[in-house]
Amino acid sequence: MAGKTIGVLALQGDFSAHEGFLSELGLQTRRLRSASDCIGLDGLVLPGGESSAMLRLMEPENLFEILGGLIGEGMPVLATCAGVILLAKKVIPEQRSLGALDIDVERNAYGRQLYSSVEKLRRAEPEAAGVEGVFIRAPKILRMGPSVEVLAWRKDDPVLVRQGAMIAATFHPELGSDGWVHSLFLDLL
Amino acid sequence: MGFLEEDFRVKVGLAEMLKGGVIMDVTSAEQARIAEDAGAAAVMALERVPADIRVQGGVARMASIEKIREIQETVSIPVMAKSRIGHIAEARMLEAMEVDFIDESEVLTPADDENHVNKHNFKVPFVCGCRNLGEALRRIGEGAAMMRTKGEAGSGDIVEGVRHMRAVMRGIRTLTILDENERMAYAKEIQAPYDLVCWVAEHGKLPVPNFAAGGVATPADAALVMMLGAEAVFVGSGIFKAEDPAPRARAIVQAVTHWQDPAKLVEISRGLKDAMSGLDSGKLTPEEMLSRRGW
Repeated sequence: MAGKTIGVLALQGDFSAHEGFLSELGLQTRRLRSASDCIGLDGLVLPGGESSAMLRLMEPENLFEILGGLIGEGMPVLATCAGVILLAKKVIPEQRSLGALDIDVERNAYGRQLYSSVEKLRRAEPEAAGVEGVFIRAPKILRMGPSVEVLAWRKDDPVLVRQGAMIAATFHPELGSDGWVHSLFLDLL
Repeated sequence: MGFLEEDFRVKVGLAEMLKGGVIMDVTSAEQARIAEDAGAAAVMALERVPADIRVQGGVARMASIEKIREIQETVSIPVMAKSRIGHIAEARMLEAMEVDFIDESEVLTPADDENHVNKHNFKVPFVCGCRNLGEALRRIGEGAAMMRTKGEAGSGDIVEGVRHMRAVMRGIRTLTILDENERMAYAKEIQAPYDLVCWVAEHGKLPVPNFAAGGVATPADAALVMMLGAEAVFVGSGIFKAEDPAPRARAIVQAVTHWQDPAKLVEISRGLKDAMSGLDSGKLTPEEMLSRRGW
């Protein structure tokens, strides 16, 4: 994987936490803040943070159109929490989104910060070891299109999904202690 | 250690999400909407902004229940609220109201002039102000999940915020070069918990996000504190005491993202009207300095 460069959207949020995991996998990272940062990338990370703040910061830099174009061309994407909201087809309550991932997602669906938690997850591969997910004012996936595959659940809620070259986690693997979700992303590159 | 446990990770997790963002003081639903539309990462619900507290005087307390509810119902971003230093009951009420973060703040009139709240006992996360590394580690020792500089709230003068951020960062850098046998003496000198002193020495940073607050009035002020090591910025009176709150709020949000790009800062700042007039914090008497509250 040497030489592959991952663009990490670095407008607002916990983008620096992703960089540590990507570096451990031998990937180069670049912080995306303006249109000129988006040339020559091999993959994208849309981090956690506040999706409404990120949207405001994307607009003046034309990043909405540029990232939408790259994702449309099939560039691998890892989206976490607010990143999933940016990537989703539909957001509740209504908010602009890239619309690439065929899901409906509800913001802050588990409630305010008092309801944030670390939860045990169930993975699709039965032999896979138990893992945990850090949920912070997390969104919930309410609907999935037929091409969306579930990779992990929190009780009955899908919390890690894949569609083509897109992986989306409603929790924060970048705040976890192992890099299993980032390894899944590496496999797409 | 307590600060690595699961509850604490969840508290710090929200602080992590606010990095690179701006947390804005708001005193009404209308201001909260302006803040969210401008790209604020969170809002702080207040009865009066610090500049008004200075002018009007009197005891400054937790915001009214109606005020906090009105703001919570208006925005989708996290809503913080301030409690008086040491006021355990105000803090418990804010927790019961499900605010997302409590700021145990020197901007309000302290309820206890010796003790801060034991924040480990709460499920809701706390942010506290600090003037130097020792003060930061005392608050983290009590369970704070986020630190911010005190600066001089309501002054529109960045000098105290700069002094406090420099003091915190200098303390961290000093610890990383000390011999490990010197750590206890340093802990004694700065009056900080020894285990946290060791953690900072080994990691070269605070165990919680380190934000700036106090005196930010312009996009340039926001960029300055980011240059000094802040990971996000609180803006109090600087937005709604300016002539042009909405464009200024947008500009400060952009400045916190693009602080490393001077050309962009010029573009962002162009066309703004007058910032809040402000007070020269060097001319304040010690009694007038909010940053001297707490220890």
